[in-house]
Amino acid sequence: MTVTTSTPVHKGIGGSPLRPDGTLKVTGEFAYSSDLWAEGMLYGSTLRSPHPRARIVRIDTSAAAAMAGVHAVLTSADIPGKKTYGLIADDCPVLAIDEVRYHGEPVAVVAADDLDTARRAAKAIVVEYEVLEPVSDMRRAAFDAESPRVHADRADNIVRYQPVRRGNPDAADLQDRVAVVVTREYEVGMQDQAFLGPESGLAIPTEDGGVDLHVATQWLHVDQEQMAPCLALPPEKVQLTLAGVGGAFGGREDLSMQIHASMLALRTKRPVKMVYDRRESFFGHVHRHPALMKYTHAADADGRLVYAKAQLLLDGGAYASTTDAVVGNAASLGIGPYECDDVLIEAYGLYTNNPPCGAMRGFGAVQACFAYESQMDEVAAALGMDPVEIRRINAVKEGSILPTGQRIEGPAPLREILDELVTMPMPPEPSLPEPGEPEPRTRVPGERWELPPGGYGNTTRGEGVRRGVGYGVGIKNICYSEGFDDFSTARVRLEISGGEPIASVHTAAAEVGQGLVTLQAQIARTELGVDHAVVLPADTQVGSAGSSSASRQSYMTGGAVKTACEAVRMEVIELARRKFPELLSDDESWSDIHLADGALHLGAGVATGARLLARLSDVLGTDVVEATREYHHRRTNPLDPETGQGDSHVQFAMAAHRAVVDVDVELGLVHVVQMDVVQDVGKILNRLSLEGQIQGGTAQGLGLALMEEIQTRDGLVRNPSFTDYLIPTILDMPPLNMRILEFADPNSPYGLRGAGEPPTLSSTPAIVAAVRAACGRPLRRIPLRPEQIALVEGYGDEGGEEDV
Amino acid sequence: MEFITADSWTDALRIKTERPGAAPIAGGTDVMVELNFDLRRPEALLDLSRIRELKDWDVVGGSVQLGAGVSYTRVIEELADRLPALAMAARTVGSPQIRNRGTVAGNLATASPAGDAHPVLLATGAVVEAESFQRGVRKIPVDGFFTGVKRCALEPDELIRAVVIPTAAGPQQFSKVGTRNAMVIAVCSFAIALDLDARTVGTGIGSAGPTPLAARAAERFLVGELDWDTLKVSEAAAARFGKLVAQAAQPIDDVRGTASYRKHALEVLAVRALGWIRGCA
Repeated sequence: MTVTTSTPVHKGIGGSPLRPDGTLKVTGEFAYSSDLWAEGMLYGSTLRSPHPRARIVRIDTSAAAAMAGVHAVLTSADIPGKKTYGLIADDCPVLAIDEVRYHGEPVAVVAADDLDTARRAAKAIVVEYEVLEPVSDMRRAAFDAESPRVHADRADNIVRYQPVRRGNPDAADLQDRVAVVVTREYEVGMQDQAFLGPESGLAIPTEDGGVDLHVATQWLHVDQEQMAPCLALPPEKVQLTLAGVGGAFGGREDLSMQIHASMLALRTKRPVKMVYDRRESFFGHVHRHPALMKYTHAADADGRLVYAKAQLLLDGGAYASTTDAVVGNAASLGIGPYECDDVLIEAYGLYTNNPPCGAMRGFGAVQACFAYESQMDEVAAALGMDPVEIRRINAVKEGSILPTGQRIEGPAPLREILDELVTMPMPPEPSLPEPGEPEPRTRVPGERWELPPGGYGNTTRGEGVRRGVGYGVGIKNICYSEGFDDFSTARVRLEISGGEPIASVHTAAAEVGQGLVTLQAQIARTELGVDHAVVLPADTQVGSAGSSSASRQSYMTGGAVKTACEAVRMEVIELARRKFPELLSDDESWSDIHLADGALHLGAGVATGARLLARLSDVLGTDVVEATREYHHRRTNPLDPETGQGDSHVQFAMAAHRAVVDVDVELGLVHVVQMDVVQDVGKILNRLSLEGQIQGGTAQGLGLALMEEIQTRDGLVRNPSFTDYLIPTILDMPPLNMRILEFADPNSPYGLRGAGEPPTLSSTPAIVAAVRAACGRPLRRIPLRPEQIALVEGYGDEGGEEDV
Repeated sequence: MEFITADSWTDALRIKTERPGAAPIAGGTDVMVELNFDLRRPEALLDLSRIRELKDWDVVGGSVQLGAGVSYTRVIEELADRLPALAMAARTVGSPQIRNRGTVAGNLATASPAGDAHPVLLATGAVVEAESFQRGVRKIPVDGFFTGVKRCALEPDELIRAVVIPTAAGPQQFSKVGTRNAMVIAVCSFAIALDLDARTVGTGIGSAGPTPLAARAAERFLVGELDWDTLKVSEAAAARFGKLVAQAAQPIDDVRGTASYRKHALEVLAVRALGWIRGCA
């Protein structure tokens, strides 16, 4: 694929134009979905289950309905149409039906004049429960035949079992080559997306009996598709417009308040706004699957993998959500970007009465990555090898065959990534305050003084502090997999306004903070050679764009915008040929015409002697050229349910991190001193946005390594707040040095490779490896806790009851 | 919910007597969280933030009289020399925004066992000045102030006017363990204050019991073991001091940490603090 203008277009592809929403967000003026308002609107509130598993004996809404200012109190009996929905399996009740299956499950919704009244009314609903024993242990859910079933109509608690078999790890002839065998178990806790803008939206009833929903989501059309049957409306009567999204990271793939607010609006014939508060938000969206993983790696004396076995259990919680696809990723990418001919991977996605889990940045690949990277370090240690060297030796490359039998097409430059990573400068040796310094100092730019482990807590002046270095590598599939045709649609329009050509781009693609609106305009400017490009609000008035997930929007919606622009360009040239046939001589071809600087040129670029033929304003006049195009990626195939073989993925992306940490080994506190990352992105489309993605992905991986976990006990969520669900602050995020490689993918638009997720994968194992190196402890569960790292001696578990 | 703004201290005391159910609010960094989470619905809020008299601090007879409306930021900027441990604790409170709003008196009134200022107030022997419209001022030593988890000795008609904290007469330290570098509730915390004139030791433990605690046995032990001229203490005695501090704690397992880790960490912090105190001498 070639760019059609040889002179870079101002603010086009490869530039870093500022995002239109940037200043507004920083100054607090951006309108998020929680800021929506309509004349005469009501406020919705949700009553949620206090139990992880219980039978609903009785619901009495009369007291709530009788309260002044309350306009509707709805339960499952009031759902107009289909009573369940879901992204893959429609097993999730709109409101609980006869049974609740997780702590926080919606049971009833209320609309009232104001939020406080709505919340008080929700509390006034009487629900009588018969509490049942929850299924909270995913190992039991998977393998204990005596375990209760989360869904009585299913034969077991397994959402999906996906093995991947390649070669035979148990073959006798392999054993002679084996020098070391490492078997370990790993655990990943439940991470939350922790987006800052809580679930919110505004449902407005329309005159034709339908509903207009303004909502923060990741995929407008899949919301519409799930909502319409539940509301008993044809899809065209359920129109969605994207409202300002305050982060997503997968947590807005599943529906939250969409149907509830719409039901209330249809019932009351008034606009209804719903906004979750922070606590409710923790119950209002799916989380990252916790995982229990058992791995065996065998290597020969040179460090080459001989065979690998893995069993991964992924806790999907009460409803299926996207567990099916998460299992597909964990299974197919289960041993990472390494060549190995004899592999058995078994991945299970399970139903439990824990909070539902689904999409989160990295999507099944994150959990596996922590395990296989920890294994690579273990194998290296057993052989006395360097951790980078063992990764180099086993690294995939173009043409490598994955355990699924899929051959990697196009560049897979893992060795180049690692070679680059080790050339990056290390930080200076630790310079901690002298013992006796009265108190910690603030980090002054330019002055070399590190915050010690413990941060601002004044816990060490160097006592117990040891430094460690660790590496991590990850591989992530880009776009939807396993036969899913997640196409995108773009409508592009070119017209003259005020004498200037203006391109407008209309898609349903969700800007969730990643910078897609900026990129769509960059593509239009580059492809159409114009300076002015506007991106229209995303809504369902244009075809589906697919989800802002799987690092796929630059690829898919970028591809759709590019394709639509190409169609517009051809039509413009055709218009020029009809209007001004004399522009070209007989030996010149209309196919050599390029659009740049608001004009048609013969030849590409002024430097190569291109000739200006006509201004776009003259060619178009009052004509408007518009084209709508769909973009589809290459076909993929499902994994065989028995063997796990199949070309299931569209594209692969890789990144590698090095982490340098200081650990207070006596207190078990960690300070990440520096991180270095190398990522191959195929082609840099917008460096500023890209760097932001790599920063953010690294930070989210740091959070999983060191602090982010939704803690549950017997299915009950214990820390639904930002007081106790900790995410990294600016003082936790170290300087991040980046090297970005551009090995173009021959199959993708501009050669790009999806970039949002890979850094989230490799950041976590790099940090954990560095902490292990510092403290010498095995650390097989994340997020790490101080009591795992510190040697706690002499204090038995004498804990009493929990306070609040 | 009614919002009442008091224009003067007398005004505030009168309102609190008439409306004992009104929740006083100064910085709001605790109260607003509780309201937002719907953990409490007081009949009214009594805004103290406009009362001039509460916004000052003064030195009276060797102690700092810290007005109830003085923010943590001002403690850090204006009192780090006189009240070093309190300034250290103030630096670990929340974020800059929270430190601009939050107050030591507010911390006391909500009486959380995790309040960052509390161990320092215990270690320094601070006194809470509570006042009611009808009964006047009552001085409550801080070690009798905390009566239970989030409960304190204030009567329904009382408001905190000031906290009286002895000016440092020797080295002081405060340390707080949290699982991120800033803006974190303490997993546990420890404060120590030496009075070189009186040759006494004060300690305070946070987030490791139903209330903030003082390690009295550890204090008595250290008074005897410390060489008061050099502030040196034998390694064995320092280790013993650490154990005694840990023994004074009554921690539980919760989402922030385990009881056994808290005891371990307090021991480590106590031993380290002794080392730093020598450096300060």
